[in-house]
Amino acid sequence: MKRPLLMTGGILAAVGSGFFLMNALPSCKPKTTQAMVTGNAAEKVYVKPGSYDEFYDFVSGGFSGQMSVYGLPSGRLLRRIPVFSQDPETGYGYSEETKPMLMTSHGFIPWDDAHHPEMSMTDGSHDGKWVFINGNNTPRVALIDLTTFRTKSIIEIPNSAGNHSSPFSTPNTEYVVAGTRFSIPMGTDAERDVPIDSYKANFKGTVSFIHPEKETGKMSIAFQIKTPGIDFDLAHSGKGPSEGWMFFSCYNTEKAHSLLEVNASQNDKDFIMAVNWKKAEQYAKEGRGKKVAGKYYSNWWNGSTHSAENTTYNEVLQLDPVELGDLIYFMPCPKSPHGCDVDPSGRYIVGSGKLAALLPVFSFEKIQAAIAAKDYEGEYDGIPVLKYESVLHGEVKKPGLGPLHTEFDGNGNAYTSMFVSSEIVKWNLESLEVLDRIPTYYSIGHLSIPGGDSRTPYGKYVIAYNKITKDRYLPTGPELTQSAQLYSIEGDKMELLLDFPTTGEPHYAQATPAEPIRERSVKFFRLEDNMHPFAAKGEKETKVERRGKEVHVWMTTIRSHFTPDNIEGVKMGDDVYFHVTNLEQDWDVPHGFAVIGAGTAELLIMPGETQTLKWTPDRIGVQTFYCTDFCSALHQEMQGYIRVSPAGSNVTLKASTSSVDAS
Amino acid sequence: MIAISALALLVLLFVPIWRIDLTAPQYPEGMTMQIHADHFSGDVEKINGLNHYIGMAHIENDMFPEFTYLPKVIVALSVLGLVASLWGKRILLVLGLITLTLFGLWALYDMYTWGYHYGHDLDPHAAIKIEGMAYQPPLIGHKQLLNFNAWSAPDIGGWVLFGVMGLLAGVYFLEWRELRRKRSKT
Repeated sequence: MKRPLLMTGGILAAVGSGFFLMNALPSCKPKTTQAMVTGNAAEKVYVKPGSYDEFYDFVSGGFSGQMSVYGLPSGRLLRRIPVFSQDPETGYGYSEETKPMLMTSHGFIPWDDAHHPEMSMTDGSHDGKWVFINGNNTPRVALIDLTTFRTKSIIEIPNSAGNHSSPFSTPNTEYVVAGTRFSIPMGTDAERDVPIDSYKANFKGTVSFIHPEKETGKMSIAFQIKTPGIDFDLAHSGKGPSEGWMFFSCYNTEKAHSLLEVNASQNDKDFIMAVNWKKAEQYAKEGRGKKVAGKYYSNWWNGSTHSAENTTYNEVLQLDPVELGDLIYFMPCPKSPHGCDVDPSGRYIVGSGKLAALLPVFSFEKIQAAIAAKDYEGEYDGIPVLKYESVLHGEVKKPGLGPLHTEFDGNGNAYTSMFVSSEIVKWNLESLEVLDRIPTYYSIGHLSIPGGDSRTPYGKYVIAYNKITKDRYLPTGPELTQSAQLYSIEGDKMELLLDFPTTGEPHYAQATPAEPIRERSVKFFRLEDNMHPFAAKGEKETKVERRGKEVHVWMTTIRSHFTPDNIEGVKMGDDVYFHVTNLEQDWDVPHGFAVIGAGTAELLIMPGETQTLKWTPDRIGVQTFYCTDFCSALHQEMQGYIRVSPAGSNVTLKASTSSVDAS
Repeated sequence: MIAISALALLVLLFVPIWRIDLTAPQYPEGMTMQIHADHFSGDVEKINGLNHYIGMAHIENDMFPEFTYLPKVIVALSVLGLVASLWGKRILLVLGLITLTLFGLWALYDMYTWGYHYGHDLDPHAAIKIEGMAYQPPLIGHKQLLNFNAWSAPDIGGWVLFGVMGLLAGVYFLEWRELRRKRSKT
């Protein structure tokens, strides 16, 4: 009887000590982030209340279609700039003035998928004037004016589908590019209506060069280069010795049209396409391009009328590189490259092949020598393909898994994001040796260093933009926050400082010194410069006017009342246009305007600005409107009435604001 | 010396004479109103926008007849000074000094009465009424007016005016001492 008991005791003891051992040996478990964060990380990201961050970080809003602005190193969200998507908060895309910003050849498109912010540049360095971002779905590029942090201009890209390889800038923002992620059949209706499996015969790609006007920010397409039917992923401009060249990463050289995840992953090497854009510019100037059909919109925000203007085009200047020659060259690059990044000196081009086990670094000098010597391994659809070995500076061996994107610290080091192994890898551009690696949480996509793709990087931080967050934050149901992570790169070892949540999927981002932008920030719009056709620049200019079935109200706001705030004589079947001018001339005094049953959104009107809300009354009676932005101690009193009468009624149209003195 | 003083007076036509600075929790950047010989400058519109809550009058240049005759007075004073310097009669210097002092005192009094009316004669329909509260700005120095801190002080023109007065007084004193020395010698 005793033996079994002893045995049980022995077993229990063995199991118990087993548990003890498992717990006593935590090194058997994978490391958690707690081990990753060092003691003074908080100190390095703490920006005390009332102080400013050192950098602005412009982060793509992904499928939100917008762009977010963060301060670094704090990771504080400063603003979401409406770009490709309607924004009910500001009335962007709802007000009569902003609706034309979202016009395309497909009509009014109130959403897009925004991927890659790109700062405008002077001499290859960020100049803080504009930031561009691409719309991936309905091919577009937007320009945001950094004096107002508003979308200034949007251009549609014809003969493109999926504007992913965009909007990378030349060193003086002569051009920003737009390479199509889909090749498609182009031309007449009959030429476009072809079987999908005739891909190899009929499908072509394009890369477009968009020219933004220096003074106005108006955009037009200078020229478009027709390419073989492959897909473009990313791009980057040459600089310094390589100025005048643009490099595009290409995938699907297999020309697959179905199950691309397999069929476009067969070739050992795809391409980086080197484009001599100075040559293209010259060909275009010499009239050696061909005008081809391509309907597109260029939308521009007129700052003096506070209204968007549309320009439509029906054709685009296309250059055929096979016909013209000396324009584009392919460099073999393993394998389905994503990133295509030029170092600050302009001498090296790094290809990041998503499926490759190494990182090739190409030498611009060797590319030029190979072109001069016609050192080709063959042709691809009539385009010369340079010999891989002839243009290679060297390879970084076993850098990690799934290299996506590389930026630079300005001290001779490169940082590459590894999607599959979820880490950032630091390596040296000359020795090509891996120096350090640090995990990201989880599955990093792009990374960015302030100025890290320009001639002048500020090698203080690298920021990881992650695809997955899982357990990093309090859960919010199945849909979790998106996230970025800030790392210090000032020492030899990278150091994790901070996680911060982002809006929408953060694809790429660019960080830049805050000072030059902060200094130029507009505080309000000058009323005397307001050239809006329906502006009321004082309460004396307010009125109502009937134009057939339209009733126009010239309305003003000032703390804290509307003029007029009593309107009568509107009838069922009318459309009412509230043209609201904010008379304030001080910093941070916007007024909001909301009217009951409006099927659109509110207006948020900055001081000195005029914006218009169209309202179609749906019922008879006295309806209401009010100010939505807490403007003063008497904000709650900022409200008014509009009377809606039956269609045949003979109530006279009138509008008033009367004070107690008048009654 | 007197001529320089007389000409210096003309500076008053071109620079602000007095200034009122305001700060509040929600105006960390502050607001300034500057009073010139013939107009206001600075953030007058902003101040007006705020003052309507408590029923203070809208400040406009037309409200002040002073703005039409003040420049003339300044020119006249300057001419008087010039005449004094050319003619060299001591009585004229004394006269100039007295007029100038009177002018200064009158200006301060005028500003006080204006400030008094401005701060007390409030629109009875004003949105914010606080029993017994008046918003008279300080003549000189600091005062708390609801959420605002107000400072009132001479601007460049004011300092020039004081300088001129000091200079003339100095000249008068020197002349007086010289005269006494001459008298004691004889």
